[in-house]
Amino acid sequence: MNTVRVLAPSGMLGAGWDHATVERGIALGADVISIDGGSTDSGPHYLGAATAKTTAKAVARDLRSLLTAAAAAGIPVIVGSCGTSGTDRGVDWVAGIAAEVMAEEGLDLEVARIYSEQDAAELKEHLDAGRIHPLPPLGELTAETLESCTHIVGAMGHEPIVEALRAGAQVVLAGRATDTAVAAAYPLMRGMPAGPTWHAAKIIECGGQCTGNPRAGGVLATIDAGGFTVEPLDPTVSCTPISVAAHMLYETANPFEMREPAGTLDVRDARYTALDDRTVRVEGSEFHFAGQYTIKLEGARITGYETMSFTAIRDPRVLAEIDAWAELMRTMITQRVGQTLGLADDEYAFDLRLYGHNAVLDDLEPESGPPREVGVMLLVNAPDQPTATAVAKVANPLMLHLPTPGMDYLPSFAFASSPAEVERGAAYEFVLNHVVDCDPAGLFRIEPGETRA
Amino acid sequence: MPETTLADLAHEVRSKNAGPFWVTMELFMRDAEGYRIAADESFLNESVIAQLYRVEEEAVQLFRIPSLNVVKISFPRPVSQGSLRDRDIHAGQHHVPLARMPVPSSTRPVEESP
Repeated sequence: MNTVRVLAPSGMLGAGWDHATVERGIALGADVISIDGGSTDSGPHYLGAATAKTTAKAVARDLRSLLTAAAAAGIPVIVGSCGTSGTDRGVDWVAGIAAEVMAEEGLDLEVARIYSEQDAAELKEHLDAGRIHPLPPLGELTAETLESCTHIVGAMGHEPIVEALRAGAQVVLAGRATDTAVAAAYPLMRGMPAGPTWHAAKIIECGGQCTGNPRAGGVLATIDAGGFTVEPLDPTVSCTPISVAAHMLYETANPFEMREPAGTLDVRDARYTALDDRTVRVEGSEFHFAGQYTIKLEGARITGYETMSFTAIRDPRVLAEIDAWAELMRTMITQRVGQTLGLADDEYAFDLRLYGHNAVLDDLEPESGPPREVGVMLLVNAPDQPTATAVAKVANPLMLHLPTPGMDYLPSFAFASSPAEVERGAAYEFVLNHVVDCDPAGLFRIEPGETRA
Repeated sequence: MPETTLADLAHEVRSKNAGPFWVTMELFMRDAEGYRIAADESFLNESVIAQLYRVEEEAVQLFRIPSLNVVKISFPRPVSQGSLRDRDIHAGQHHVPLARMPVPSSTRPVEESP
């Protein structure tokens, strides 16, 4: 095979697209469809709680589009980071939806599931043997941190996906995988060179984002021995050398290098050329194989339980002194919680955010001057949910009536809902940013061969 | 006359997470002249970014990419993603202090009369 064509319908399974763009990619000779199912981008909740950001109906709708098109064309479908965070539950969730879609459509496809969830006790053996190393800005890992995680996943490279494809899988549902491994697996299996393949995979990982219209559907990358080309699947949309090169910058700390489990993609010498008014060719991408294969770990743990309350201020007299009001609010909440609940300052925490004033940037906010209206969000974190809610309830009369330091009467603010408190459940944080020295498939389990009629 | 800012000379200024522990920002300047201003080390450097975002200067990474007229800046996330104090889960709005930086008058492009 001289070329391999990878169809990327979108940046995320469940985001939706026009099915005609997938049909167009098939007509252009796509050899494989690959799509990312998740990311850490939306925060630690999805990994910590092993739940998906997407809804089942949207995933089913997108899988129906891909599985029917791929079955008709006889090409494989690869989904990475199933269920947003790539936990085992996320893989089974997507597999269950895929099975329903196949039953409804009368499709008989062999589905392989690749599990990427890690056991803290097994990782501790790697830690004790000195095989786990931190990535900046985190420091050395401790066993306690591993044990504190509710879920830990390893981000697989292309190797387990290739293994599943070689074993005959027509649909590969992978747990946590690097965004690029999903698109790189099939061309690498077909002998395409590592530099162009990994670079093409990075460029198409977000679908149409590398085009001049990020709202449009997916893209098709054609990889060969000397480089790759990329074109949008919507005929009205264009890729330009700038739009393609710019995507190498997206969500990467370093615009020239990108580490994968097997080595580092290096695009310093990449050249981007317009072949016509909507297709771009890229040459000069390199891949430097590392001496040691590594898998990156992601883990999340519970930091407490949160309760939220939200009110709004429109009175110009309060808004004219909004910073002084907020400072008084912080002091009063702390006093009342101490008096009423007997909680010390270190037994709970809260964040008071003034939406419309400085909520997003806080003390980095460069603008000043009175806002027209302000949404006041109180977010409380405590070791258990009843305590978090109790703090928010103690704050409630203040959220309704607190005057500014200069007012001699009680204002009443605009609550957005009743009841005023919203229990948010467990709050999580990412605590792992470490790599394990290991074999390419060592941390992953492949379950091949489930065939549905 | 209002000050000229980096945003005025840019096609787009954006910020985003680069994984859970890093923030990255890009200044996509409109042309080579805008790039020359944004890429000027005496105007925009690691120290300026450290003050603007209250992060350690040593942790700031700054990349100048003349072929794209882009200046890219990365630093470790000052607030843990999704934590109680994190008001921007995707770090998608943190470009604003950078975007509104006034361009030094000595390096401002000469404006054409209408």
